Amino acid sequence: MKAYQFWASTLAVFLLAACGPASDEEKTLNLYIWSDYLAPDTLENFTKKTGITVNVDVFDSSELLEAKMLAGGSGYDVVVPNGPVLARFIKAGIVQPLDKSKLPNLANVDTAITQRAAASDPDNTHGLVYMWGTSGIGYNPAKVKEVLGADAPVDSWKLILDPAYASKLAACGIYVFDSPADVFELTLAYQGKDPHSTVPDDYAGAAAAWQAVRPYISKFHNSEYISALANGDICVAMGYSGDIFQAADRAKEADKGIEVAYSIPQEGAVMWFDFLAIPKDAPHAKAAHAFLNYILEPEVIAAVTNEVFYANANAKAAPFVSKEILEDKNVYPAPEMMQRLFPETAPSAEIETLRTRLWNGVKTGT
Amino acid sequence: MNVQAKTSLFAVWLWIGLVLLLPFAIVLKISFATAQLSVPPYGPPLTGANYAALVGDGLYVRAYLGSLRIALVSTALTLLLGYPMAYAIARAPVRWRQILLLLVVLPFWTSFLVRIYAWIGLLRPTGLINLVLESLGVIAEPLRLLNTDGAVYLGIVYAYLPFMVLPLYARLEKLDPALLEAAADLGARPWSTFLKITLPLSRPGVIAGCLLVFIPTVGEFVIPELLGGPDTLMIGKVLWTEFFTNRNWPMSAAVAVILLAVLVLPIMWFQAAQKEEARA
Repeated sequence: MKAYQFWASTLAVFLLAACGPASDEEKTLNLYIWSDYLAPDTLENFTKKTGITVNVDVFDSSELLEAKMLAGGSGYDVVVPNGPVLARFIKAGIVQPLDKSKLPNLANVDTAITQRAAASDPDNTHGLVYMWGTSGIGYNPAKVKEVLGADAPVDSWKLILDPAYASKLAACGIYVFDSPADVFELTLAYQGKDPHSTVPDDYAGAAAAWQAVRPYISKFHNSEYISALANGDICVAMGYSGDIFQAADRAKEADKGIEVAYSIPQEGAVMWFDFLAIPKDAPHAKAAHAFLNYILEPEVIAAVTNEVFYANANAKAAPFVSKEILEDKNVYPAPEMMQRLFPETAPSAEIETLRTRLWNGVKTGT
Repeated sequence: MNVQAKTSLFAVWLWIGLVLLLPFAIVLKISFATAQLSVPPYGPPLTGANYAALVGDGLYVRAYLGSLRIALVSTALTLLLGYPMAYAIARAPVRWRQILLLLVVLPFWTSFLVRIYAWIGLLRPTGLINLVLESLGVIAEPLRLLNTDGAVYLGIVYAYLPFMVLPLYARLEKLDPALLEAAADLGARPWSTFLKITLPLSRPGVIAGCLLVFIPTVGEFVIPELLGGPDTLMIGKVLWTEFFTNRNWPMSAAVAVILLAVLVLPIMWFQAAQKEEARA
């Protein structure tokens, strides 16, 4: 083969490869999702049903998703932002409005839940609620009882935010998630203020409460509390419901007599949402809509709930959700508790900067 | 200069330009931009406000100082531990030296992250160290080892020790034993031989080792994140927070630029020391 023939054929191969994706536009889907956030057969069944193969990338922190999307040109068709992240994506014009004509299964959604999700996604135009949960207290019942006695207020933020309790639990270990958004919202609720307050002084007051208990906190971290709780290294953690269920699961599997429990505090707690959203520059927007419509099928989303122990927002999924989960008040809270939950939202840029600065001050003791 | 030398020099500059100067120019540009909600999350107008905030807000200054303190202390500890090790390897029988050197670099064969996680397993309240001490009756309650500055020092010394031992060994191994014999013949005690002959001759190795440990430690993020507690304030974590939590790319770029400036000083000192060495 002469040199030019070689280059010509190489070029031809490259051109074919470059044109390739256009011809099978609806046959692939690029999904960017949390790790372990699907049922084992979710994607397999989707491919069987539609012929669309799914390329999955996973992230392990919301910040990673956001940084990647803000950098632009991600190439993903479906991403999984939480409420405040979705709100910012909408403001920055990163996600496209859902084409509801392609989502006939939208009739299945539980509007009581999606109404609350509208705090981040006005009129539910850009995101589909995938899963939702709460931020609460994860604790080691035996150890807390040992330190505080049988009437320890495990269903109150007092456990962490009241120095009288926190100081006693300090030796045993308290971890707090490093998320200024959740922390300030629930602290304001604990102090009887509006969790979405726009008054800077309210935030200073919340930070002051944290400064008072800061010496008793072993660590501020977004995920280390899972293994710390599961290993019995700490007494109490402030964290996400699903993470704490995971810790409880791991502790049970290890079978070393360590128990992990979760409670939603009486003063109220953050209700968080994870959405499915389609980036504006998604290469396969049609396939993305097909995927969203598939997720809206009651059996499909129920299988995910059974796997990950989070509540879904599908009104028809209950018959397919395992009884154990359906009756777990920490996953599907009782109506009176639902009244005390408030959705997380993205505040104004000024409040957000203030919150983060105050939280940095809490973490570093300044 | 012949063609070959010119080409390879060009390759060096191309590499430096592409992976060092160009990215730095981009970071420098971003550090003067204004954060906004868009793709990418910054834009005009150009401003020096980020640098003003860096200097004005005590948090950043304390974080830089905290990083420098932790880097200095851990470099000193690494030197104290690494020097005797390098000396012993250099004085060991020749057939042993290769094996000993191999053992020093052996930990690199395991992922850095896994090795730091292993320390969590050792240091945590129900970890190996506490369990052994408790079962021996040395302590009644588990010691707080994890999430402390001490754990951070331990992690850094552990992770960076080979960077100290290798340049020291390279220098000590070349040391002419005849010099030591001569000193002994002239009546010098071992300790004064060490101070007057060995230590001065190994100085370039000490400097190289210290810089190899000090420079990456100042910007270290993983070790303080995993082993440190709330009181461990380091600039790497602040940079991470600015970039990821606050999504303030210009601010984090400014933090990175100042960090580089802080690190250029010891490198320049090293260059000057090298030149002096060459002249002597």
